Amino acid sequence: MKRSGVDLLVGLFVLLGFAALVFLALRAGNMSSAVGLGPTYTTIARFDNIGGLKPRAAVRSAGVVVGRVESIRFDDQSYQAEVSLALDQRYKFPKDSSVKILTSGLLGEQYIGLVPGGDDQMLADGDRITLTQSAVVLENLIGQFLYGRAAEGAPKQ
Amino acid sequence: MSRTLLPVAWLLDFVAATGRATRFFLRLCWLALASIRRMRLVVDQVHFIGNYSLSIILVSGLLIGFVLGLQGYYTLRRYGSEEALGLLVTLSLVRELGPVVTALLFAGRAGTSLTAEVGLMKAGEQIDAMEMMAVDPVARVLAPRFLAAVFAMPLLAALFSALGVLGGYLVGVAMIGVDPGAFWSQMQSGVDWLADVGNGVLKSIVFGFTVAFVALFVGYNAQPTPEGVARATTTTVVSASLAILGLDFILTALMFSST
Repeated sequence: MKRSGVDLLVGLFVLLGFAALVFLALRAGNMSSAVGLGPTYTTIARFDNIGGLKPRAAVRSAGVVVGRVESIRFDDQSYQAEVSLALDQRYKFPKDSSVKILTSGLLGEQYIGLVPGGDDQMLADGDRITLTQSAVVLENLIGQFLYGRAAEGAPKQ
Repeated sequence: MSRTLLPVAWLLDFVAATGRATRFFLRLCWLALASIRRMRLVVDQVHFIGNYSLSIILVSGLLIGFVLGLQGYYTLRRYGSEEALGLLVTLSLVRELGPVVTALLFAGRAGTSLTAEVGLMKAGEQIDAMEMMAVDPVARVLAPRFLAAVFAMPLLAALFSALGVLGGYLVGVAMIGVDPGAFWSQMQSGVDWLADVGNGVLKSIVFGFTVAFVALFVGYNAQPTPEGVARATTTTVVSASLAILGLDFILTALMFSST
């Protein structure tokens, strides 16, 4: 086969291969949403219990993804979990907004729900969100329910 | 040698063979880097190894996607979660089936031809002739083939996975009627581009090294007779396949243990 013919075929093969890689990363994977968030600002929230929250979990307000969980670390001064949230620069939220850890579906992935407050001041980079609500831990809930039933049943005996 | 020393001799042989193989591997890696200057030879080999493997890789990728789509649908339907079909197909392809099946096919399609080619060169005394002319056969013949195989393998695996996803889409959405929006969105929310796609690519690169090394090592050390070349070709397929499956277990344990 002629030189240029081989080059053409090899070039085609390489381009096809890279196109497949890009397809897998962008269309099948989540690279587009990971990169597509644009510039962000970081706020910090402390929770007593984060349940199964993981880094890169979504931050949603009114159900729309407005940011992602950047990192989670344990603060050994207050014995709380310190979660930093990267929020999309396009969206501004009042300073007294509250965050809570929610679960999508009954057993789905955990995400952070952001409920806007009524303050005139807006959250800026490095600010702390003070109003937080921890994750609902199913075991605790069942425990509470059982104790509640036991307490109800006790006087009737 | 007395009978009691036989296991010791065998062990020494084994250790020496391992050492020889390692030395050959490092030499190949070094010369493969050097063979970037001989781009012409490498491009020819990519054409021979990569392009000629395309048809089998693309067709098998599509068919595996079809099968995954069907089987996944039958199982997921029981739990009422047909929408997760895209996620199931893509994760199985990108993490495991893409790299592994491509590597197995690659060992059968390209590995054997490499072994046979090098083995026949040896049987035809072409390798000896090169050495007589002070041309290093490892640098001139083996290194470009090694580099080309290592380069072609991840691209083939990516094509395999992409075609498989397409196959799953065709069966799941076009044929059975799973909602296309849910198919893609579940896939995108569940497949991480670095942890899943990236690790899959890493796997396929490791398998590329494995197949190329086994094929060339076995071919280069083949008995220079017709039977020797025939045996070497068989050895390539068997050893490369076992090495791929063994390595896959180790790599999977390393990569996906945290999730």
